[in-house]
Amino acid sequence: MSEIMTAKDLCLWYGNTQALKNVNISMPEKSITAFIGPSGCGKSTFLKTLNRMNDLIPSVRITGEVCYKGTSIFDKSVDVNELRRDVGMVFQKPNPFPMSIYDNIAYGPRTHGTTNRVKLDEIVEQALRGAAIWDEVKDRLKKNALGLSGGQQQRLCIARALAVQPQVLLMDEPTSALDPISTSRIEELALQLKEKYTIIMVTHNMQQAVRISDNTAFFLLGELVEYGKTEKLFSQPKDKRTEDYITGRFG
Amino acid sequence: MRSRFDEQLLLLNRKMIEMGANCESIIALVAKALLEGKADVAENAAPIGHEIDLMEREIEGICLKLLLQQQPVARDLRQISAALKMITDMERIGDQAEDIAEIITYLSGRTESDCDDIRQMAQACIKMVTDSIDAYVKHDLSLAKSVSEYDDVVDDCFVRVKQMLITMISENTADGEYALDILMIAKYFERIADHAVNIAQWVEFSVTGVHKQE
Repeated sequence: MSEIMTAKDLCLWYGNTQALKNVNISMPEKSITAFIGPSGCGKSTFLKTLNRMNDLIPSVRITGEVCYKGTSIFDKSVDVNELRRDVGMVFQKPNPFPMSIYDNIAYGPRTHGTTNRVKLDEIVEQALRGAAIWDEVKDRLKKNALGLSGGQQQRLCIARALAVQPQVLLMDEPTSALDPISTSRIEELALQLKEKYTIIMVTHNMQQAVRISDNTAFFLLGELVEYGKTEKLFSQPKDKRTEDYITGRFG
Repeated sequence: MRSRFDEQLLLLNRKMIEMGANCESIIALVAKALLEGKADVAENAAPIGHEIDLMEREIEGICLKLLLQQQPVARDLRQISAALKMITDMERIGDQAEDIAEIITYLSGRTESDCDDIRQMAQACIKMVTDSIDAYVKHDLSLAKSVSEYDDVVDDCFVRVKQMLITMISENTADGEYALDILMIAKYFERIADHAVNIAQWVEFSVTGVHKQE
């Protein structure tokens, strides 16, 4: 399995505060990588760095390297919009646009220049099917997306991310606002999606990391403390700080 | 932060020590009966055996509750899953000690008081069970390893007992049935020691995350 995203000696500061300290990691494609750690450990910051969402924060300073398919994402030749098309993001709170279900999904492809109606119909259906929500919404594509339940909205957001045919999906606590049934649907979906996509997710739910991820990275105070196979990390952690955190001795 | 969980783990440890102590006392009881020719041992052994069976259920319940409530990981997970495996071996030790007691009743008072090897086997079994439970509670890897090594002592004793019994039969064929009973008893002791080794191997897993047979 080849590496799709890597970070090398990555440091990040918000003003004078260092949020990431020399992070080195290689994430394999078509797998699920989970980031865990206490609040403020830098895991979400790192996730957002992977598709340059932190560019939007003026005080951020970054050193080191993040590569997507071997190319630095900070390189001047990189078009940020293309990067974010390839490396999509799903947020903690479902954030559908206040428009129809159809238009939510078609938004991205339209932005990237697809206007043909037949083509768009096809993309919308594929994306909704891919996010396991097609059967629930196929009869009301013209209805406002805000009328969907929280779990449906989150799957819609995943469908919206899929519509631009990304390679990597970044998920920032994608189920923390959802009920247990919606949560397990999203988990099942993530397991299906990894056949075609690479999923990198931040989660506060360690059991979720255990259930669905292939690899887990534990962050603490901006440092990547331990990274490895999920089963190994949760049964025989190497670092005492990992052991203490996952067994609930601090955090 | 996780005081309730820690209390539950302490309770688990206490119960493991109790169950281990019951195993030790039932082995000691049958060994003493054998060496002193007490044919009524079975009725004294049965209640301890029953207690061991009950404790297996109780500890099983504690472990399943911990798995359900605490969703343990890392060392906690290993400690609880090791306990679940260990109690099966402890329960078998209890059964085998009861089997020994039953055979003793057939011996109608005849003893092996002068057989040092049987005495040594019984003592070694008690030591191995005590040490393996002790190693579990203290997360003591070297103590667990020493239990596995001590198994050789018991195996050597068994071989010597077997030799002694062969000689006994060849010298007096009328002793045949008695000799076979003693052989069964020795074999049960040897099995008890094997169970103690299993327990010790689960202790090693609990500490290191690697089971010896891997």
